[in-house]
Amino acid sequence: MAAKPKLRRRIWTTALGWLAAGILFFPIFWMVLTSFKTEVEAIAIPPKLFFQPTLENYSTINDRTDYFSFALNSVLISVGSTLLALLFAVPAAYAMAFFPTKRTKGTLLWMLSTKMLPPVGVLVPIYLIFRNLSLLDTRIGLTIIYTLINLPIVVWMIYTFFKDVPKDILEAGRMDGASTRQEVFQVLLPLALPGIASTGLLAIILSWNEAFWSLNLTTTNAAPLTTFIASFSSPQGLFWAQLSAASSLAIAPILIFGWLSQRQLVRGLTFGAVK
Amino acid sequence: MSTVTLRDIHKTYVDAEVIIGVDLDINDGEFVVFVGPSGCGKSTLLRMIAGLEEITSGDLLIDGERMNDVPPDKRGLAMVFQTYALYPHMTVAENMAFSLRLAGMPKAKRYERAKEVARILQLEPLLDRKPRALSGGQRQRVAIGRALVRNPKVFLFDEPLSNLDAALRVQMRIELASLHDSLQSTMIYVTHDQVEAMTLADKIVVLQGGVIEQVGSPLELYHHPRNLFVAGFIGSPKMNFLPVTVTAVNDFGTTVSLPGEASVTIPVKPGYVSIGDRATLGIRPEHLQIEPNHAELTGEVLVVERLGGETFLYVKIMGGDTLTIQTNGDNTSLVHDRVPIAIHGDLCHLFDQQGEAIPKARRHHLTLNESQEQEAHEQSYQPKLNY
Ligand SMILES: Nc1ncnc2c1ncn2[C@@H]1O[C@H](COP(=O)(O)OP(=O)(O)OP(=O)(O)O)[C@@H](O)[C@H]1O
Ligand SMILES: [Mg+2]
Repeated sequence: MAAKPKLRRRIWTTALGWLAAGILFFPIFWMVLTSFKTEVEAIAIPPKLFFQPTLENYSTINDRTDYFSFALNSVLISVGSTLLALLFAVPAAYAMAFFPTKRTKGTLLWMLSTKMLPPVGVLVPIYLIFRNLSLLDTRIGLTIIYTLINLPIVVWMIYTFFKDVPKDILEAGRMDGASTRQEVFQVLLPLALPGIASTGLLAIILSWNEAFWSLNLTTTNAAPLTTFIASFSSPQGLFWAQLSAASSLAIAPILIFGWLSQRQLVRGLTFGAVK
Repeated sequence: MSTVTLRDIHKTYVDAEVIIGVDLDINDGEFVVFVGPSGCGKSTLLRMIAGLEEITSGDLLIDGERMNDVPPDKRGLAMVFQTYALYPHMTVAENMAFSLRLAGMPKAKRYERAKEVARILQLEPLLDRKPRALSGGQRQRVAIGRALVRNPKVFLFDEPLSNLDAALRVQMRIELASLHDSLQSTMIYVTHDQVEAMTLADKIVVLQGGVIEQVGSPLELYHHPRNLFVAGFIGSPKMNFLPVTVTAVNDFGTTVSLPGEASVTIPVKPGYVSIGDRATLGIRPEHLQIEPNHAELTGEVLVVERLGGETFLYVKIMGGDTLTIQTNGDNTSLVHDRVPIAIHGDLCHLFDQQGEAIPKARRHHLTLNESQEQEAHEQSYQPKLNY
């Protein structure tokens, strides 16, 4: 008797989970579907679920732009900014997690609070600084901006992963004669690796999807895929099918990347690093 | 040769002074145990010796050399942590050889050394396992092995056995004792387990609130506790305390009146209390006897705990105090029985109003050092058998 309500609840929660997933996934599904339609089919009402698929949109895009140069920029900038952020965040989080002072908590909160400022508020000064330093439309420039944007979150995440590493283990390392560098590289980092990896994955995804700064600070040379999509929303009216194809191309790499690393991502985000 | 000397050591955290002037001499090869209630500063003291915690003031000498500002690994110490603190991403062999790797020893050589130590600790079959695939006892052994590999001058242990189950704890305790016997190195050991302290120590240091209450051999603390705190802390079950009034003082002892009619004479030195003073009488549960013929006290049994080999009676006596009595396993007393209790004066301790012990007229024969032994012999003192 007791099993029955439990079973019913499980059916309910499972159904709800699928429903939520469906709602979240539907736009992506529809976008990919639309990318294989003709422009006429794309705006047909009622929407068509079955149609003769065409690769026409993709070939148009291929003729009009150089997808791979945008994709390369996206890869270089998101990976580069993530590595740079990790390089700064690891020492910062190490100090905050293992040698906290009275102001550590406050510093962490302050760092996070910078994420609450709307980016447009600092657009003009940053634009001017970039112009004066000749960083406009350069990969370096965008990498620096993405590093700074993601740094608060990266420090926070690594800080929490470091907090999970028992202090005793580091002290044992110190007793064994490890210098600070050896302690970090041979004891701490191997232990926190799952956490650091998932932090890195998240930072890559966030950088990949960032659009505000890439649209404002790049034109062609350093433009990543977000700019590539935007270039298809032309003022002479929207070509939905073409835009869908461009968007599908833009998200494909990160989608595949996320799919491959999802286990790592979930493990890092849900469990402590050690134990 | 490795001695450790603490000179007026203080430790202050931002808001509190947790070690308040500790002086201690630890001799070469000695097994020293720090005991005390939770939060008294045992770990802090040990960690200051290890170099994991800064010394606020005072001097720490190892082999006569000041070590306050020497980094942990340069002090020639090894530490075993309560949580074992093994490196989870390394195998047992790598764990044990890590310090040698950091010291730049070639791979073949350091694995040989790890193997050697593994043999002593019976860890050989486990050398390639990761810590997560080990039992608690095995992990503890690896932690000890990691310390052994370094050939330290001094071993530091912070409650190394407290995460093990009772049976394993006994086994590891015996192994530690024989390890100390074979290595003959200096060991400092923190615990709050009575039995570990009594059985392992050459010298026990009783701490409370950041100060040393007493330092001495286990039997010295048992037979000659310096004050109420040490008397109550050492020994299990705890010593019984009764409020008494002094009725006579002379060279043979001090007589005090017990609750009720009776009185008892305790062989302590004269000159510390005078007639009419209030004092505290202490007597251990194992020294109280149920004796119908000359009982000083009677009381009602509240609880009987039969452990098989021995029985503990919790008895309420006149005046409302409760005494714990340890008797033999086939004692037949039942709850609500009235039992006669004999108190032998030479088994009692007497404490003045400040809680300080009044020195015994004679020292217990197992706690005499050589010169005292000589002296006692000259006075042709014959230790009593039941003392
Ligand atoms: N980092 C710290 N900051 C402030 N106070 C501390 C710190 N570490 C320890 N203390 C305080 O110092 C005192 C002694 O702590 P310690 O860990 O040495 O106790 P202990 O005797 O080892 O206790 P236990 O038996 O519970 O392990 C405690 O009151 C503790 O609260
Ligand atoms: Mg402790």
